[in-house]
Amino acid sequence: MTELMVDARNIAKQYGAIEVLKSVNLQVKRGEVTCLIGPSGSGKSTLLRCINHLEKHDAGELFVDGELVGYELKDNRLFERKSSEICESRSEIGMVFQRFNLFAHLNVLDNITIGMIRVKGLSEDAAVAKARELLRRVGLVNKEASYPSQLSGGQQQRVAIARALAMEPKLMLFDEPTSALDPELVGEVLEVMKDLANSGMTMIVVTHEMGFAREVADSIYFLDQGVIEESGEPQQVLSNPRSERLQNFLSKVL
Amino acid sequence: MTTNGDITYRVVPVRHYGRWVAAAVIAVFGAMVIHTIFSKVPTGQVACATTNGVRSCHGVMEWRFGWDVVFQYFTSPLMLKGLLTTIELTLMAMSIGIVLGVLVAIMRLSPNRLLSIPAWIYTWFFRGTPVYVQLLFWFNFAALYKVLAVGVPFGSAHFFTFNTLSITAYVAAVIGLGLNEAAYMSEIARAGLISVDEGQIEAATALGMTRAQTLRLVILPQAMRVILPPTGNEVISMLKTTSLAAGIGVIELTGAAENIYASNYKVMDLLICASLWYIIMTTVLSIGQYYIERHFGRGALRNQPLTPIERLRRDLKGIAGKMHTTRPGVVR
Repeated sequence: MTELMVDARNIAKQYGAIEVLKSVNLQVKRGEVTCLIGPSGSGKSTLLRCINHLEKHDAGELFVDGELVGYELKDNRLFERKSSEICESRSEIGMVFQRFNLFAHLNVLDNITIGMIRVKGLSEDAAVAKARELLRRVGLVNKEASYPSQLSGGQQQRVAIARALAMEPKLMLFDEPTSALDPELVGEVLEVMKDLANSGMTMIVVTHEMGFAREVADSIYFLDQGVIEESGEPQQVLSNPRSERLQNFLSKVL
Repeated sequence: MTTNGDITYRVVPVRHYGRWVAAAVIAVFGAMVIHTIFSKVPTGQVACATTNGVRSCHGVMEWRFGWDVVFQYFTSPLMLKGLLTTIELTLMAMSIGIVLGVLVAIMRLSPNRLLSIPAWIYTWFFRGTPVYVQLLFWFNFAALYKVLAVGVPFGSAHFFTFNTLSITAYVAAVIGLGLNEAAYMSEIARAGLISVDEGQIEAATALGMTRAQTLRLVILPQAMRVILPPTGNEVISMLKTTSLAAGIGVIELTGAAENIYASNYKVMDLLICASLWYIIMTTVLSIGQYYIERHFGRGALRNQPLTPIERLRRDLKGIAGKMHTTRPGVVR
């Protein structure tokens, strides 16, 4: 077992002529919280989405839990993994989206149980019991019969976190989880995320919440124009930014 | 009415005199239509009878719309058999249409051109030719191929052969209507599939669902809300389009009516008789459609809309309340 949960080396990604990621390196240790910050369009979300292979990286090597993402290395050749294998690896990585993306046709309980039943093959009873326990954890005990459209943004995002946790992931990815929320609802979601961080979950969080990053993160990466400009401990990155770009960025968001 | 120094006013609604006139004109016209539909006209014959030694004669009258003949044949065995055939054709053609249509739509949306282009050609061809011509085509298919066989491509060994002369009018109607319907259903299904937010697909993928699971558990159930209303229209439309099968000799509802009036010349009466059956069936389908749409609309709206019966109840209460609305005011 390696110490690193995520090890990205020289990751590059292009959309047409646009280079979204240019040789990015990222190391995330087990049980640590890593925050990705940077202006919009800097490639933070793309990097996050490469980690569970929602996007294919074009170059570089990406390891999650010691295994190559999307490929298998044999005899110096990269064999693309079968889609069933990719699905299985994805099921071990939880993802929370900016726009929640709860299944609109399912109520809260079914949203949480569908992955456990259909992907992990749990029995319905076991899945429901687990879902209720998670709803207690995110503080939404009495909402299990509600549909997503009947919930506030903050409640939807907490359900989305519960849905991801239901799969018992070894790694959680958060893609700007509070950016679509009304300001007064941000706190309830960050609270759940802090709890999760304290429980020892390995987390990678793309965020604009500098307060959260400072308080919770073990390390912070600042991306700009597809390059990691600066990284390190929160104190160092947020309080003593070396590069001019990070200084600029922080002066705008803080 | 004064309570505690406050006053309650009676509210007088605006009178819409123009609407009243329009409603009156329409009411009179409607009464005329109903009157003529249920009127009797002289046949030109005279019937005479002798009662108590007194002989009296009067002109014989008959229903203008031949209601007695309509209801004489309404439940006749031939018409009921035709009705059953119409229902069978509708069910089978729509089943083929929906299953094949969804399949074609999925192919059409595939990133693989070898799947999407044939799907496009299918829709292009079957939408581009009249359905009646297609029915005649399948009925006369034996003129093109005497046998259909499954075997080695370009080889001579056959595992299974089918004599195309055994394609009856009924089979030709099912195939023709079904294949034609699939072309329309594929466009409806495609519209539904692409209406589902991409975030839903990403969420399902991130949970580790396969493409097939994502389609079946996440995309299709949500696409249903968009697919169902036009599909309901298609079922209703198909119910009536099956009458074209009469053209190749299938004795469905219209064919049965034609057969009967060919022998008794009561053309209008039997067409009315068949039409009554069609309208009864479309009414039943419309009601079913409403409740199915309601079921699949779950989650799309914060609150389910009222059913027509619930709305009627609310409106009746409302009308009683409207007669004497009051609102509180303040004494000046």
